[in-house]
Amino acid sequence: MNYLRTVWLHLEKELRLEFRSRDALMGMLFFTLLIVVVFSLAFDPTSQPTLARQIAGGLLWVGLLFASTTALNQSWSREMRNGVLDAQRMSPSPPSALFLGKALANFLFVTIVEAILAPIFFIFFNLHILGQASMLLALLPLGTWAIVVNGTFFAALGLRARSRELLLPLILFPIALPALLAMISAATGILTGETEPQSALRILGIYDTVYTTVSLLLFETILSAE
Amino acid sequence: MQAAVLTNVTKLYGRFAALKNLSVTLEAGAVYLVLGENGAGKSTLLRMLAGLSLPTRGGLTVLDGPANKQQRRVAYMSHATMLYDELTAMENLTYYSGLRKGSGECACTGSPEMALRAVGLDPHLNKPVSQYSQGMRQRVSLARVLSADPEMLLLDEPFSNLDVHSVAQMLDLLKDFRTGPLPNGHARTIVLTTHQAELAMPLADYVLRIQAGEFVSMEATQTQ
Repeated sequence: MNYLRTVWLHLEKELRLEFRSRDALMGMLFFTLLIVVVFSLAFDPTSQPTLARQIAGGLLWVGLLFASTTALNQSWSREMRNGVLDAQRMSPSPPSALFLGKALANFLFVTIVEAILAPIFFIFFNLHILGQASMLLALLPLGTWAIVVNGTFFAALGLRARSRELLLPLILFPIALPALLAMISAATGILTGETEPQSALRILGIYDTVYTTVSLLLFETILSAE
Repeated sequence: MQAAVLTNVTKLYGRFAALKNLSVTLEAGAVYLVLGENGAGKSTLLRMLAGLSLPTRGGLTVLDGPANKQQRRVAYMSHATMLYDELTAMENLTYYSGLRKGSGECACTGSPEMALRAVGLDPHLNKPVSQYSQGMRQRVSLARVLSADPEMLLLDEPFSNLDVHSVAQMLDLLKDFRTGPLPNGHARTIVLTTHQAELAMPLADYVLRIQAGEFVSMEATQTQ
């Protein structure tokens, strides 16, 4: 119970900081909007609806992955200002609670961007779902969590590095590749109705469970590094 | 009881030795003033006592245990304010106080509101810390460590950015803090570094001098 209360304390603080600065949300939103507009102009998806349905899932998730790296870096750079990270290291609360609070906050931020982006994406790409639309309710949270749990962990790992903005995508993208492929496969299956998304969702579920557990177990080592 | 025991402690950053074979024993219940020039190793010493930095060689115990396992008993105020710029003073202190109360062991700590009033700040000031003056931030930072009600208080340059009146107020607070009772009956220890030795001298029991990372002397002051 105390652990959950501590997670909530961190989450509440993250939400308050983001509400005051809006750094992460605005950055992600404009980046993903630019991707949608640029790709819709480059491919003219309205003239080829079948092709649009086949590539839309990939574009959406890759765009979100790129955009989320800006937010993930932001969330830890706040801890570096004014030596706040030292105060966190001296705190008697469990370090994994800090990680979980931050990951949940990032999850909410990316979900908000998805909620704004999805209708715009459907309009620009003239998309109609031909498969199981209800599966989106499982795909979106599982896919988003796969991005943020790894992203939050690896952003913390590169926290003290000089070029941490570059380091995060270099580490995150290869590690997120299995999840990304599953996310794209499930999204394409849902949009085209040609394949069943269940097996890809199962892979995502396993990926999320494994990486969440590993991140929670290893975070203390990362936080206590000098 | 001893607050901290350092035995031949060396701290290396790459090839640079911030501390060299430092052996010092700090008695519990005393106020130690650490003096030395810039780069003498004062901040490194405090960071090690805080458990934020481990010795490269040598032994270190704080409050009879490993330095990095004393988070509930040690509080550290560094050069940096350790505050979130976007939050108000009250929000910052409430957050940190909430983290300390995690396991229910330390529900005895002073309230953030009382701590802010003690350092002369209005707890209801609805401004983010980024809009505070340097001196005000310093006082919020002091309120943060005092509200933790620690057994050992580590202060790195606490008087920088403060006017004479605020320094006098801070010294009074530290005197009160020192004599305040702890639930476990132990005595409180304060270790502080400063370049304004004359200001802190009335509070200090011992003066520890270090130079280029090496021990120079430890002398009792006249208040001892």
